[in-house]
Amino acid sequence: MVIQPSQRETHTPTVEDAMALGLTRAEYELVCAKQGRPPNQVELAMYSLLWSEHCAYKHSKKLLRTLPTEGEHVVMGPGENAGAVDVGGGLVCAFKVESHNHPSAVEPFQGAATGVGGILRDIFAIGARPIAVLDSLRFGEVDGERSQRARYLLDGAVSGIGHYGNSIGVPTVGGEVYFEAPYEQNCLVNAMALGLARQEQLVRSAASGPGNALVLFGASTGRDGIGGASVLASAELDGEGEGAADKRPTVQVGDPFEEKKLLECSLELLQQGLLVSLQDLGAAGLTSSASEMASKGGVGIDIDVASVPLREPDMEPFEVMVSESQERMLCVVEPANVQAVLDLCEKWEVGGSAIGTVTDSGLMRVLSGGELVGEMPVRALVDDCPLYDLAPQRPARQLYPAPAATLAADATLAQALLALLASSNIASRRPLFEQYDAIVQSRTVRRPEQADAAVLALPDGSALAVSIDGNGRRVAADPYRGTVAAVLECAANLACVGAEPLGTTNNLNFGNPEKPHIAWQLTEAVRGLGEACRALAAPIVGGNVSLYNEGAAGPIYPTPVIGMVGRLPDARRAGLLGFAREGDEIALVGAFTPSLEASELAKLRGEPLPQELPEIDLAATIAAQAAVRAAVRAGVLSSAHDIAEGGAAAAIAECCLAGGLGARVELPAPSGSWAALFGEASGGFIVSGPAQALSELAQGAPLVRIGAVGGTALEIALAGAPGRPVASVELHELDAVHAGGLAGCFP
Amino acid sequence: MKFGVLQFPGSCDEVDALEAARRVGDAELIWHGDRDLRGADAIVVPGGFSYGDYLRAGAIARFSPAMESVIAFAAAGGLVLGICNGFQVLCEARLLPGALLSNTNLRFTFRQVELEVLNSGGAFTRDCRLGERLSIPAKHAWGRYYADGETLAAMDRSGQLVLRYAPGENFNGSAHDIAGVCNERGNVFGLMPHPEHAVDELVGGSADGLKIFESMRLAVEGARV
Repeated sequence: MVIQPSQRETHTPTVEDAMALGLTRAEYELVCAKQGRPPNQVELAMYSLLWSEHCAYKHSKKLLRTLPTEGEHVVMGPGENAGAVDVGGGLVCAFKVESHNHPSAVEPFQGAATGVGGILRDIFAIGARPIAVLDSLRFGEVDGERSQRARYLLDGAVSGIGHYGNSIGVPTVGGEVYFEAPYEQNCLVNAMALGLARQEQLVRSAASGPGNALVLFGASTGRDGIGGASVLASAELDGEGEGAADKRPTVQVGDPFEEKKLLECSLELLQQGLLVSLQDLGAAGLTSSASEMASKGGVGIDIDVASVPLREPDMEPFEVMVSESQERMLCVVEPANVQAVLDLCEKWEVGGSAIGTVTDSGLMRVLSGGELVGEMPVRALVDDCPLYDLAPQRPARQLYPAPAATLAADATLAQALLALLASSNIASRRPLFEQYDAIVQSRTVRRPEQADAAVLALPDGSALAVSIDGNGRRVAADPYRGTVAAVLECAANLACVGAEPLGTTNNLNFGNPEKPHIAWQLTEAVRGLGEACRALAAPIVGGNVSLYNEGAAGPIYPTPVIGMVGRLPDARRAGLLGFAREGDEIALVGAFTPSLEASELAKLRGEPLPQELPEIDLAATIAAQAAVRAAVRAGVLSSAHDIAEGGAAAAIAECCLAGGLGARVELPAPSGSWAALFGEASGGFIVSGPAQALSELAQGAPLVRIGAVGGTALEIALAGAPGRPVASVELHELDAVHAGGLAGCFP
Repeated sequence: MKFGVLQFPGSCDEVDALEAARRVGDAELIWHGDRDLRGADAIVVPGGFSYGDYLRAGAIARFSPAMESVIAFAAAGGLVLGICNGFQVLCEARLLPGALLSNTNLRFTFRQVELEVLNSGGAFTRDCRLGERLSIPAKHAWGRYYADGETLAAMDRSGQLVLRYAPGENFNGSAHDIAGVCNERGNVFGLMPHPEHAVDELVGGSADGLKIFESMRLAVEGARV
């Protein structure tokens, strides 16, 4: 970094200093114009952060404005710390997903832990008590020779998530993890959180009331993560060795105990009506929190850095303003209430300090012991950052190398099934989720691996359902259809537990948007996201964008991660995925047209990505989801599971394993046995239950009876040749490979 | 019958314990800074990460004003139940023998486990049958029970080994598969699994944990007769 902490204020930063902090020459000149003069050190540091991609969404904001954000259940849409939907009984569910990709690639334990910490703060910043966490993780391959880094990142991230979530008393109830070569250098760690509040308890972040006090509470401020948002999140990583090690001090360090106290203190402050508004401190610390509060309120703010409790000596004003020390909140308080606020902070043993004032100047002013050291118009900082149009262009050639083949060319269907169940993208995730407390707060009705979505009981007997889903490889093959499919999969998971979607959050993880082929991926993915959410009536209530996820080896697969929250009227009828009774009939539901293109089998075979994915019948898929949902709600099915990675055979195997029961099935095979067993597509479900239940379900969606639950093996035949199974595997064999797949990653 | 559930900075399962106790009697939270136990007939020291597990799990909580009162309460024969972190606090406070060490796999592990009742006569398991299996979830990183050979032998002789993990269920490496122990007098009991998370089949998969709270109610009300 060019600007040394020890330099005195006499040095006016140059355009080169600005560029070292991530601003372009043109952006620097615009800052000078806004200021009416070149910015000083404090001002440049603040502009460089607020005008970074991570904070300003320069390349994505225009695209994001095309997304659907309104709906009958939406109580708080995008723009606040989290979104919220009405869940009945006077309650709202707040939720959001955010990424911590770049820090996790440098220091996976703290990167993932502070990712969880950050998203939790966004939830209680709007007045909701966090009730659940889910995580979407992506790493390079953990099998094979060069898997050391991926294993290191996986182990670190899982430990970090567990450490933070378990310690703070919020259950980690779901998630997903995938392993693909394009994530080798740039892993993805996306953390989603849900909270509950009474509707009247929701609080916004706009500062208001000139003369009101600004109070900072929580942990003290140090040098953690300085420059994180501009240095890390908005730039490509060099990879291992020197580049990454140099960035290590920019990763924040989290303390979940501190945050637990902060959470209880914040909720009690709100409950006592002591706050005008509340905001958490995340990327860019005080700079972004204070500026955004001022911007939303159309006011100005004065901050005296000398009032900020510090944990390190001799911190410069710019360091105090950009520090990303964790577990801190900022609130606006009427002067008469300041002492009560500080007293409550003392009760919870969190530091509290009045550090500034709301003004009507429209200026963000930074003082140091009364001396003015920085002054910027709030509008310039927050609202006037230039937004860029993308210049999308479909890539002329394949961007991603074909994966390495791991399945023998002469493998039988049974061998392929075992290989798929053992593969890192399909194997049991138990070695991960056993490291997470999934039950604290006593709401969890469906734990990981019991059903397709997590289910959390509400006081009135209904329940929330939540799932987080993405598929980078399919989006890489076809960004528009791949994204539509990801959104549909999330909704399908909710349908399998009997839930109707209420709202969506999304994290867009992409490469460098200044490159036309990445811009194309992003544009097409957002188009698919918008179309699918509109069709499902599941509007976006908030989300996050993480760009520049690429390195010398190339970009990650374009990876929109979708989080969806739904509601089911009767918690006792939450669906289960495992077969439950010998003799139950099994059916394939939905207009399911499986294809091996971009499937997990194609990956094991080392096939290159296709040029596009087959068309998706959106209306038919949504209708099938509705039919399955209704049947689950009626309590007439024994199990429901959507068909995803690995196709019908993998889905049926998962149902057998979850229930501890075998099955004999005959699959329709219009395109041959391989597509029938392992082909993938949206809109297919495997359900089981009494014959009568399946007959009723057939009224609402295409349904093919494929067999029955029973025995100690999974026997798969093709329609028309029932007596001659093409694949037959004992349950204990399936279990051994499925349970063992990821176990070796956590010694 | 009134339960008092302690609440430390960093406690996580205190509200769960409060609601479990309320299925059986009255219950109230007791702030760690208060010495007043509010007339509770039994005290629950809950699970979680009191004081962030700084220094050692339970090492700081045991010095709180509330715990000073609980130590006196226990000395006078009052019933004290310690769950997970609560068990750690009771060992640190020397209300129970032994210590909880790191799980042998060095990882936090969450699993529904089967426990066997080794002693069904005392205040915490009289609602159970000897040898009965209880399905209760466990979730911890520092749950490996340890006491030296002599201590364990003495505890065995005086019926202080109350619950053990059924064969194959001991994931943390506890000596003799011990899951829960009581003091010599039988009025203080600690266990690593969480009975408060097994009081409702819908969210717990099992209601076996309720028997522990019910046993305490029977012990308190029996003593009043």
